[in-house]
Amino acid sequence: MADRDEGAAIEFVDVTYRTAEGRVLLSKLNLRVLRGETLVLLGRSGSGKTTTLKLINGLLTCQEGSVIVDGKPVSSWDLIRLRRHIGYAIQDVGLFPHITVERNVGLVPTLEKWPLQRIRTRVEELLQLVGLPAGEFRRRYPNQLSGGQRQRVGLGRALAADPPILLMDEPFGALDPLTRAVIQREFKSLQQRLNKTVVFVTHDVREAMLLATRIAVLDEGRMLGVYSPRDFLQSKDAVVSDYVNVLRSEMELFQGLES
Amino acid sequence: MNLINFFTAHWAEIMRAALEHITMVGIAMLLAIGAGVPLGILVTRRRSLRAPILGTSNLIQTIPSLALFGFLLPVPWLAARSDRLAITALALYSLLPIIRNTYTGITGVDPAIREVGRGMGMTDGQLLWQVELPLAMSTIMAGIRVATVIAIGVATIAAAVGAGGLGEFVFRGVAMVDNQFILAGAIPAALLALAADLGFGLLEKKLQRRH
Repeated sequence: MADRDEGAAIEFVDVTYRTAEGRVLLSKLNLRVLRGETLVLLGRSGSGKTTTLKLINGLLTCQEGSVIVDGKPVSSWDLIRLRRHIGYAIQDVGLFPHITVERNVGLVPTLEKWPLQRIRTRVEELLQLVGLPAGEFRRRYPNQLSGGQRQRVGLGRALAADPPILLMDEPFGALDPLTRAVIQREFKSLQQRLNKTVVFVTHDVREAMLLATRIAVLDEGRMLGVYSPRDFLQSKDAVVSDYVNVLRSEMELFQGLES
Repeated sequence: MNLINFFTAHWAEIMRAALEHITMVGIAMLLAIGAGVPLGILVTRRRSLRAPILGTSNLIQTIPSLALFGFLLPVPWLAARSDRLAITALALYSLLPIIRNTYTGITGVDPAIREVGRGMGMTDGQLLWQVELPLAMSTIMAGIRVATVIAIGVATIAAAVGAGGLGEFVFRGVAMVDNQFILAGAIPAALLALAADLGFGLLEKKLQRRH
């Protein structure tokens, strides 16, 4: 095994994942996520992005290779502890519908048995952080929120116990483009302040370019490469240039309409 | 007119029988919930137990109620007292809707919700108590509602084994070919069933509105 340096928060070493039926969803995946970076996993649906994410918090277990989080293979972590050490936010359905915003956000601290007063203060702090006034929102249920507000609550909940690592699975996927743009910008500035290690799954190349420190491109369970946004634009890889062409044609459309 | 006079004349007796009826059904329901909900949960956790448990409770449900009372007669401890026997029979009868609805309610929880809970580091127990059961509660309540309404009806047959309740009037009326006696048992039993249906219906709705 390669020597692990201090910089890697998460490391995939020759990871292969098969479904119970034997279908290979990931093959020989190697990836290092550096501490404090936002690594975006980019790929179409079915490329293995979500699978990769779930291997990190042990929702799935790989058959070959190993996934290492903070220097320790996932297989030797106590899974409950590992998961409370990692924030997790997913698209839309992520909030518990039967409890209030306050209890959703305070969930992990409650599981961790923080004192009540501390949970309360923390929830207020987090709601403020994600741009929702606590007084107005804490007693609401998820079905009394707009899509954008739900996503903010989801983000607040993932950050609640101040985990060093955040996993985000298309968290903004269900939002309308205007709301999405606002939340993406806010998330970016939040991330610059908080300095978490973030693994962010998306199929939206613009989102990837906007948020990523580095972009890892997945295609049919294989890692095509990891690029900085700048390298991404210059890559000769066929799949990557397909993505770049999407960006280009959007720009051309824009320029064409403007002139 | 006659009927009203009959009711006023036998008021105390009817009330006593109704109280017996309610107590019998109440205890039977507590037992059925106490056994049925855990069994329903167990079935969601162990697939291999699903067929035997659901099958058995289904089978019990198909036994005609009078026959079920009869089958329990030779059982030593139970048959020693008729109310014991009746309560056991009613509880057995109520198992199926409760087990089935607990199972349906829990398996009906969005798998993504369950996964998020697990992803945030909930233990199995926390997931069950804080997510699955609350979300399944209105479905479970619907099962309890059906079971209670059925049990109130079936409990009239308990009088056949001497366990009392409103069935006493019905059986007496049948024996004497006196409709007033039959109605003195049947009307309160029907009202009880309606009240239970209404009450549990409201509870169910209240549980649903939260999300």
